[in-house]
Amino acid sequence: MTEEVNIPGYDIPPEMEGQVTITALDKIYNWSRRNSIWPMMFGLACCGIEMICAATSRYDFSRFGMEVMRPSPRQSDLMIVSGTVTKKMIPQIVRLYNQMPEPKYVLAMGACASGGGPFKEGYSVVDGVDKFIPVDVYVPGCPPTPQALIHGLITLQKKIDKQSIKNVRWYSKDPVEPIPIPLLGPDLMDPRDYALIKQYGTEKLAEDQQVPAAEEA
Amino acid sequence: MADMYGKGLLKGLGVTIKHFMDTYLEDIRWLSRGKHRYYTAEGIDSRKSFDTSGIFTVQYPEERLPVPEEFRFIPFLIYEVNEDGETQDRCTSCGICAKVCPPQCIWIERTSDPDTGRPVPEPEEFYIDIDICMNCGLCAEFCPFDAIKMDHDYEISVYNRLEKNIFNKERLSRPVSYYASIRPTNYAREEAARAEAEAAKAAKKAAREKRSKSGK
Amino acid sequence: MSEEVLVEEKTELEERFPEISRDDRKGYEGFIVPTEKLVEFASVLRDEFGYDFLSSVTGVDYLPEDRMEVVYHAYQTTGGPGLFYKVQVDRDDPVVPSLTPVFPGANLQEREAWDLMGIRFEDHPNLKRVLLWEGFEGHPLRKDWREPFYEGDGKPFKSRWPGGEVIRAEDSNPFNKNVDYPGGFDPEQWTPANETAVYAGVGRLDHAVSETALSNDQIIVNLGPQHPSTHGVFRMVVRLEGETVVALEPVMGYLHRNHEKIGERNTYLMNIPFTDRLDYFNSMSNNFGYVLAVEKLMGVKPPERAEYIRVMMAELTRIVNHLTAIGFLLNDLGAFFTPLLYAFKERELILDIFEAVSGSRMMCNYYRFAGVARDLPEGVFEQVKNLVLHRLSGQVDDLDTFLTDNEIVRARTMGIGVLTAEEAIAHSAVGPVLRASGVPYDVRRADPYGIYDRFEFDVAVRYHGDIYDRYLIRLDEIRQSIRILEQVIQDIPDGPIQEGKPQYQVRVPAGEAYGRVEGPKGELGFYVVSNGKPNPWRYHVRAPSFINLSALDVMCKNYKIADVVSILGSIDIVLGETDR
Repeated sequence: MTEEVNIPGYDIPPEMEGQVTITALDKIYNWSRRNSIWPMMFGLACCGIEMICAATSRYDFSRFGMEVMRPSPRQSDLMIVSGTVTKKMIPQIVRLYNQMPEPKYVLAMGACASGGGPFKEGYSVVDGVDKFIPVDVYVPGCPPTPQALIHGLITLQKKIDKQSIKNVRWYSKDPVEPIPIPLLGPDLMDPRDYALIKQYGTEKLAEDQQVPAAEEA
Repeated sequence: MADMYGKGLLKGLGVTIKHFMDTYLEDIRWLSRGKHRYYTAEGIDSRKSFDTSGIFTVQYPEERLPVPEEFRFIPFLIYEVNEDGETQDRCTSCGICAKVCPPQCIWIERTSDPDTGRPVPEPEEFYIDIDICMNCGLCAEFCPFDAIKMDHDYEISVYNRLEKNIFNKERLSRPVSYYASIRPTNYAREEAARAEAEAAKAAKKAAREKRSKSGK
Repeated sequence: MSEEVLVEEKTELEERFPEISRDDRKGYEGFIVPTEKLVEFASVLRDEFGYDFLSSVTGVDYLPEDRMEVVYHAYQTTGGPGLFYKVQVDRDDPVVPSLTPVFPGANLQEREAWDLMGIRFEDHPNLKRVLLWEGFEGHPLRKDWREPFYEGDGKPFKSRWPGGEVIRAEDSNPFNKNVDYPGGFDPEQWTPANETAVYAGVGRLDHAVSETALSNDQIIVNLGPQHPSTHGVFRMVVRLEGETVVALEPVMGYLHRNHEKIGERNTYLMNIPFTDRLDYFNSMSNNFGYVLAVEKLMGVKPPERAEYIRVMMAELTRIVNHLTAIGFLLNDLGAFFTPLLYAFKERELILDIFEAVSGSRMMCNYYRFAGVARDLPEGVFEQVKNLVLHRLSGQVDDLDTFLTDNEIVRARTMGIGVLTAEEAIAHSAVGPVLRASGVPYDVRRADPYGIYDRFEFDVAVRYHGDIYDRYLIRLDEIRQSIRILEQVIQDIPDGPIQEGKPQYQVRVPAGEAYGRVEGPKGELGFYVVSNGKPNPWRYHVRAPSFINLSALDVMCKNYKIADVVSILGSIDIVLGETDR
């Protein structure tokens, strides 16, 4: 048991080995962090109801210091993406994610948020919220029961336990760029894909023009 | 408002106080009977029962709410283990589960005999994309060989879905004893039905043999 | 109403309108009305024949015949069977006169038909996309429209078996995402269709007079789509004069999951678990409505025991729904979480029953064609019995004492968000919203389905049409549900729970059917058109939460912005059903 605790879960550079301060600090830092994750009050679909259930008396995730569900992204640490993410909704979700202060975590709850779920084949569903924002924990299930969600939250706590002040994103010297917000065009457009979209459009047009020509011939 | 005396408010507060007091009364009641309300199966049962009062919380993960037998999460495949320790899949890769699956999250690769090229009743590979699966249980309901059933294990959160969330045959397979342990009534019923069907088949065969013999 | 009267009525209608003809395709019913006569026909039907309730408006794309059809389902609020009428238009340029002047409730449904099928409704006051966004390419419910992850017209797909090589659909898409663009599209040239269209609905603010901009008191406020009071991802654009609402427009589609498009690709059986995810509080009653529609087409009926189990589950789910609706309404009023916690406690106990019976707490997938999935497991009947006979009514009384006389609740809800009976009917409002306005219309009584004609219960009705009555009527309905459940417990027979062998591929004869049930949120209808193939040709859901929203504007006008939140709470919408 003691050994397990002493393994921080990342590679310690040789010159840092034996320096206890950072690990001790990490432990305190992670301990306080993991026990006060404030989720954003933000339900998308069916899973949102199970998320509320996890907050109500039978499952009660306030036992993990998570009872303070904030409707405002500015005050929350964890975004539980609970339900199907549609193309019409993803710009708002990315915006909310950008508005959350660091350190921030994302938990994809249920099959839909993870990978599109049963609605993946549809025309207005995003096939996984991780196509746009980084996800820390995926909770499978359709919908995951409240206990499964709490298991996911415990999994997130374990991830937090392994973080170190030294290499976390929010203390790095390089500024963390906000994620570009996708736009709604004829379909969902990710600003990072613009060049690709343009190329695709040109190619498709050429193809479309070729087909009738071939037919006429 | 003329009737605004606060009487209704007080009445409402009475209800909340009752709920508050109930938690202590219930604990005292259990103590006086010398029983433990928390961290015991009996205690969890009482919190599930129709006359529950007091604290309603189940302290997951220390306590776990027992799931009913019919509970369904992700499907799994059953294999039989015979006396020599050899395993045999129940699945014959007939494809009914893949055909009935509403979001079409099941992929089955049928085995063919390397010599004759004919299909062998065993899947070469069996995939379920659990990021699509809707846990509806239709595959288990319509499997004619009782080879695919719904699992009770819901603690399967992961950090990386791309690596982990397409379950292959290895990840899906469970021994028949596991199935018998999570769904005892269903298992007993199916085994009885199978035994009956086999007996009927044997009887039929015997009758046919008898007839053919007498015919000669 | 007897069949004879209906026949008489039909002849009378035909005499009155010689232009109309009976729909004599096999398995179809109703009238085919020429487009130019539609508005007149509908208003005569409403004013002289009493068909004052327009339940559903939807389009059907008959691609092989190269035409579009708009189907109207009309009913009488006094009860009885419905009268269906249709208009047929050219597929290339479908234009139909709008029925909004006669039935304002057609507003959102016509917009939906425009959005998804491309049928243009002339003289519609606000014809723009409702579930998708302005600028979206194409009308997805047209049969020749294909999505990026298109794999085949009907399930099961060939690639799954026997040579099933697993692949994630996005891996074969050039963008690694569920997207596709038209040929020649250049994103840099694209001017995003900004929110102009949305704001046009509430009237534009005139900012041209910049010098005196401050004197203009009217402002436009957006609520949602991420807002704790909107019960999900719903958005309201409100135009305010001070704090008073001048105009309001609901904006939805943030949870549009293509239920109907996927439903038309699914086999009939596959649709049952998808209906679970419509109104995710009440999967049982969603199942009920859908299997009723398909059973009508198939001409089958479940055995006795299954009928009783169906009613039992449908009534339990009504209790669940009304408890949570009350809880959330109180949340919206500012009683943060305590009433909701009490409501959810009872809900959990009922969900335990659903979980034991069907295997899942919320997504029950329990009803089957001509039966139910499985019999009640051992001990569940006792559980239901104990809960109904010994717990629920006491808990409802507790809730009653807790909230009904509370002065704050009364002050915040009495006389707020009033909807009169006439307005409610005209806007096709259903369920508790309609009945709280003084119209005792309940499908269980007006047009009984299943075995509801056997039970003794009262149709709850209240007359003020405000939030308070919409709260009270939910308590009334819980009590009536408990009454029905008591009778079910007493009378439930033993026997089989499935007629015939359970099949995964059912044979459904060609034709159309409209199955409707009184869901907890109101009349839930399923319109299914079959062409004899394993997949439905058209599958449409008449969603009560969606159509109830067409009255939101009327309810909120001239009340304060703070009331908008609680008025929305009192309608009790669920976004899975609103957006489908």
